[in-house]
Amino acid sequence: MKARVTVTLKTGVLDPQGKAIEGALKSFGIAGVDSVRQGKVFDIELSTQDRAQAEVLLKAACEKLLANTVVENYRVEIV
Amino acid sequence: MKAVVVLFPGSNREGDAVRALEMATGKKPQIVWHAETELPAGTDLVLLPGGFSYGDYLRCGAIAGRAAIMDAVRAHAARGGLVLGICNGFQILCEGGLLPGVLMRNKDLRFICKMQHLRVECADTVFTRAYTKNQIIKVAIAHGEGNYEADDETIKRLEGDGRVAFRYCDDKGVVGGLANPNGSTNDIAGIYSDKRNVLGMMPHPENLIDPLVGGIDGAGLFKSLVAA
Repeated sequence: MKARVTVTLKTGVLDPQGKAIEGALKSFGIAGVDSVRQGKVFDIELSTQDRAQAEVLLKAACEKLLANTVVENYRVEIV
Repeated sequence: MKAVVVLFPGSNREGDAVRALEMATGKKPQIVWHAETELPAGTDLVLLPGGFSYGDYLRCGAIAGRAAIMDAVRAHAARGGLVLGICNGFQILCEGGLLPGVLMRNKDLRFICKMQHLRVECADTVFTRAYTKNQIIKVAIAHGEGNYEADDETIKRLEGDGRVAFRYCDDKGVVGGLANPNGSTNDIAGIYSDKRNVLGMMPHPENLIDPLVGGIDGAGLFKSLVAA
């Protein structure tokens, strides 16, 4: 079973990297970009085939390590 | 004062920390490997040194903050034992749940390595009693992720409870503007835990203990620790 975890900064948290990317896109003449926030994607392979078990495991992985929930949100997708 | 220095893969300031502690205590502190599950008996102070633990992978201090030894460090802190995290050590304390908030990327995205003035916010803690309140000291900073951020409520609590240890300032002690090198909220350079037995700070006092390298303003912190 495969899963994808996406970690993004919470709204309101300063993201200087996102800001720099946003500035670069604008300077390249890509019109219509209002803002950019940078995040992380983790593609994870699981040994379990049980969806419920996978969800529990992935939530634990996010809470324990993958996201710093002080400033980040996470989203789990089982694919 | 029995001090230990925890070594993580990628720590690189442990030598400086050992030297500063040895100079202050007269004894060479023991180095403790991150995979250990217990601190040596009778440990008074745990120092988490600077560096790039686990290559700063995932987030600075994230993996080290969950290393085996950190359970023992958390238990030590809960008992009132002293913990000092410098630079990456501060990031590890935040990631490991010993201090609130998080160290984000510097606001201008650059790694900063320079001398920096700090204002000592309180001189009544075990870490700072050799200084005076509002004393201006000059130490070194060297970090890419030193921008201290926390939610408004946490900042309010830190300020209200006198838990801000040091603030970035200029040579006259004025905070704000260009004196803030990394964008930290309220110019915060270091904070205490609620019982003020855990201190995390981005600047490097351990590098300013010898006139040979340009100053001894960092020595006061280590002198404070042994003044007990």
